[in-house]
Amino acid sequence: MIPILGLALGIVLGLVLEPTVPLWLQPYLPIAVVAALDAVFGGFRARLDGIFDAKVFVISFVSNVVVAALVVFLGDQLGVGAQLSTAVVVVLGIRIFGNAAAIRRHVFRA
Amino acid sequence: MTGQRPGAGPGEPVAGDVHPGDDAPDLPAADAPAADPGTPAAADPPAAEGPRARRRRGRDPLAAALIGVLTLLLGFAFAVQVRTTGTGEDYSTLREEDLVRILDTLDAREDRLREEIADQRSRLRDLASDDGRSEAALAETRERAEALGILNGTVAAQGPGLVMTVRDPEGRVRVADLLDAVQELRGAGAETMQIDDVRVGVSTAITGEPGQLRVDGVEVESPYEYRVIGSPQDLATAMAIPGGVVDRIGRQGGSVDIVQSPAVVVDALRQLDRPQYAAPGDGD
Repeated sequence: MIPILGLALGIVLGLVLEPTVPLWLQPYLPIAVVAALDAVFGGFRARLDGIFDAKVFVISFVSNVVVAALVVFLGDQLGVGAQLSTAVVVVLGIRIFGNAAAIRRHVFRA
Repeated sequence: MTGQRPGAGPGEPVAGDVHPGDDAPDLPAADAPAADPGTPAAADPPAAEGPRARRRRGRDPLAAALIGVLTLLLGFAFAVQVRTTGTGEDYSTLREEDLVRILDTLDAREDRLREEIADQRSRLRDLASDDGRSEAALAETRERAEALGILNGTVAAQGPGLVMTVRDPEGRVRVADLLDAVQELRGAGAETMQIDDVRVGVSTAITGEPGQLRVDGVEVESPYEYRVIGSPQDLATAMAIPGGVVDRIGRQGGSVDIVQSPAVVVDALRQLDRPQYAAPGDGD
């Protein structure tokens, strides 16, 4: 329940407060969100699989976000930021699809 | 696609929450075909439920808080990002080189448009000045033509002036008398005139014997009527000076009537001879 409540509360806060994204964060925020989504889907799958571990979830969440942002940052420094962010999004998207497929198998048994 | 995820999120957990309650009997059958995840649950359903419950109960508050904070952050960031993307600040997420390229394109376009504007402006100016110049020239030419026409007697004219009638009952008024009258009138500022029905121009000649006078070859008879356009006062004064026209004609036995008028019509016309030898010079 806690993750769902957290998500819902976060979305509500974001919609209500309407903060401006600082300029330095703008290239990384979408990537970080996608990376975190990957972690959440992974955690949800793990929970359905019965192998959920809070420590693993927290660490994977944080490391996903940090690594994704770091990769994009490095890409920016090397002048291939646009391509690397595409690469990161593609990889995370594939993982999210994989996790979603596993979740679907649990929920719909198909 | 990502936009659908949060919507699916709240939906799925309901199913997920229902699921653990009675998943033990179902899971094995459903997950048997699936390779990895199903196996532990299928192997030992009661055992599977045991650790999970234990884990949930034993979940330490720190982990729960961390999870809560992280997911809250995710939701927050998600909403903010969706908002930012939705506000149409498309350029804010673009990279420097893209922005530079866009800026270059816009600069080039601005230059091109500026040039076009300057072009059109100068063309407009040209056209306007051409128009004004030709119009002014046309008006000036027309004015000059009218002035010359009045001087030469090719157009009718009207204006203030006087009508002078010279009576010559004895037939003794000479060429010189009529010519003097014309010269005096010209000297007094007459702009154009006619004698009887003959317009007086630059080459007008008065010929003949007293009593059979001709103006430009056309016979005129007493009384001779001068229609003159000019300042009526000046003309009348010039005629009446002692020893002037009126005096001299009086001495020849004639009489002169002068009527000043604010509107004299001079409508006799002259034919202009095309100059046979003279041609317009180059110098302006």
